[in-house]
Amino acid sequence: MGSTAAEKIVSAHARQDVKAGDFAVVDADLAMIHDTTGPIAIKAFEEYGRERVRDPSKMIIVLDHATPSPNERISNLHSLLRRFASSQGIPIFDTGEGVCHQLVVEQGFVLPGDLAVGADSHTCTYGALNAFSFGIGSTDMSGVMLTGKLWMRVPATMKVTFRGSMPEGTYAKDLMLHLIGRIGADGADYLALSFRGDVIGRMSVSERMTFSNMAIECGAKAGLMEADEKTLAYVSGAARRASRPVWDDDDADFASEIVVDVTSIPPQISCPHAVDSVFPVSDVAGTEIAQVYIGTCTNGRLDDLRTAARILSGRKISANCRLLVCPASRKVLSEALAEGIVAQLVEAGATLLPPGCGPCPGTHLGVPGDGENVLSTANRNFKGRMGNNKSSVYLASPATCAASALEGKIADPREYLSRSR
Amino acid sequence: MNLIMQGNAYKFGDDINTDYIIAGKYTKTLDFGALAEHVFEDIAPDFSKIVAPGDFVVAGRNFGCGSSREQAPIAIKHAGIGAILAKSYSRIFFRNAINQGIPAFLCDTDVIDHGDRLIIDLGKNSVELPEKGRSIPLFPLSPVMLDILAEGGLVEYLKKNGTYILPPNSKDKGA
Repeated sequence: MGSTAAEKIVSAHARQDVKAGDFAVVDADLAMIHDTTGPIAIKAFEEYGRERVRDPSKMIIVLDHATPSPNERISNLHSLLRRFASSQGIPIFDTGEGVCHQLVVEQGFVLPGDLAVGADSHTCTYGALNAFSFGIGSTDMSGVMLTGKLWMRVPATMKVTFRGSMPEGTYAKDLMLHLIGRIGADGADYLALSFRGDVIGRMSVSERMTFSNMAIECGAKAGLMEADEKTLAYVSGAARRASRPVWDDDDADFASEIVVDVTSIPPQISCPHAVDSVFPVSDVAGTEIAQVYIGTCTNGRLDDLRTAARILSGRKISANCRLLVCPASRKVLSEALAEGIVAQLVEAGATLLPPGCGPCPGTHLGVPGDGENVLSTANRNFKGRMGNNKSSVYLASPATCAASALEGKIADPREYLSRSR
Repeated sequence: MNLIMQGNAYKFGDDINTDYIIAGKYTKTLDFGALAEHVFEDIAPDFSKIVAPGDFVVAGRNFGCGSSREQAPIAIKHAGIGAILAKSYSRIFFRNAINQGIPAFLCDTDVIDHGDRLIIDLGKNSVELPEKGRSIPLFPLSPVMLDILAEGGLVEYLKKNGTYILPPNSKDKGA
């Protein structure tokens, strides 16, 4: 009997052979905290009475959820995080650097075969780089800060194979929304997903991150992918250590398998107020949208902005709609500026936000008004998610968001893609 | 943790996410009392006014899904909730609740209605519904979670032990 990639990575970090269902104490290669979850982790850590964290070189702190700070209360939490980073010698990424998950990947803090934890549920994003990574709470994080370790139960693995050819107008986001709609918000509860198939193989690392990012939205602990040439090329630039890629053995014990034929999947949309409430975009086309948001750890990368610009370039957004664009990192912003994408978006009527989480977690930079509908490239649409429980949030791909901004209504992107050069 | 806990049920449905437990706009604080004032505000605005100390949050499947924010169980704890009962938990929330020292138990909650008086009897590993004459078995927690809960949370556990000690033969025992 072989092993799954999840079993292999956990075994390597527990220094003993473990299988799904086993409990293990693992060493973490990376521990990330940000400005929502970090202060509570630091407060808990200080209760241990230990002066230094176990290994500051394996930690990073990112200020992204509410940057630039909207009020004095948050400013003081940011100051607390800066002081802690400075006194402990922990790398910190401050205002304007970007979303934590984008920075972790872009800056080479995580590599194939790693076990990484972050005090943020979307830490599963690094599965796209063949890392076993998952979100934990602040107190669990304080334990990692103290011991360098975490206890965990080894998850079983669900195979998810994407095959077929991608229809025009359908993107990584559409496929992941489709999967979540199909299996539900707890359809992969405490499983590791093993994303595979030709469709994944043909995608860029950025597109793959969209899948792994949303693994938590169907309850999965991790969303792993094989490290192929693209992965290794991607990480080689910024890598700080050697990669240790691993993959599922063919004869591993899998919990279940799902095969998705993408050929007939049209653009998808997640409707209020649950991520697994997924329909073809055409089912709700024409619904008025007051604000469109393109950004986040799900879809704020260069290829996402490129897709949006392809639809928006030379056109103007609807007078009834606001378009907010937030690059996932300073690097993404720089590259988008160099390619002329930012100019195209701004000329079409977009408002550019500083790299970070933007309005996604409902703190600032675009809180919707009562009764307003928002269409977003983010990963969550719970009631009140964007800061107002009397507004509604829909989730879709950057292409669907761009097309909808032009109409001020939910719109199928395919019409605009066929008309653009 | 007391072996017998009594209180009334505040009943929720399936897939109650941590945004619903505490909205993102309130999470940026170390004033945990302030969190409790807004607990469940978006889906049950009367919650913090109705519940009495020791009452129970009762939910269906996948309770605590979504964000890893530990402010969610902290808000529940500081609202005075004695324990949480659910058919299943999202894994991050489950750990966070136990780490905060909040008893989070697994059981079939279908027979529990909003307002029911409950007696959780840890000696018998059951939830008693005296008015309905029913008794629901609790699904056992994993040994490591029980150890953390017995210390009142992870901070106390780590202060005592310095590291994680897995009880022997943990495999496939409990959730």
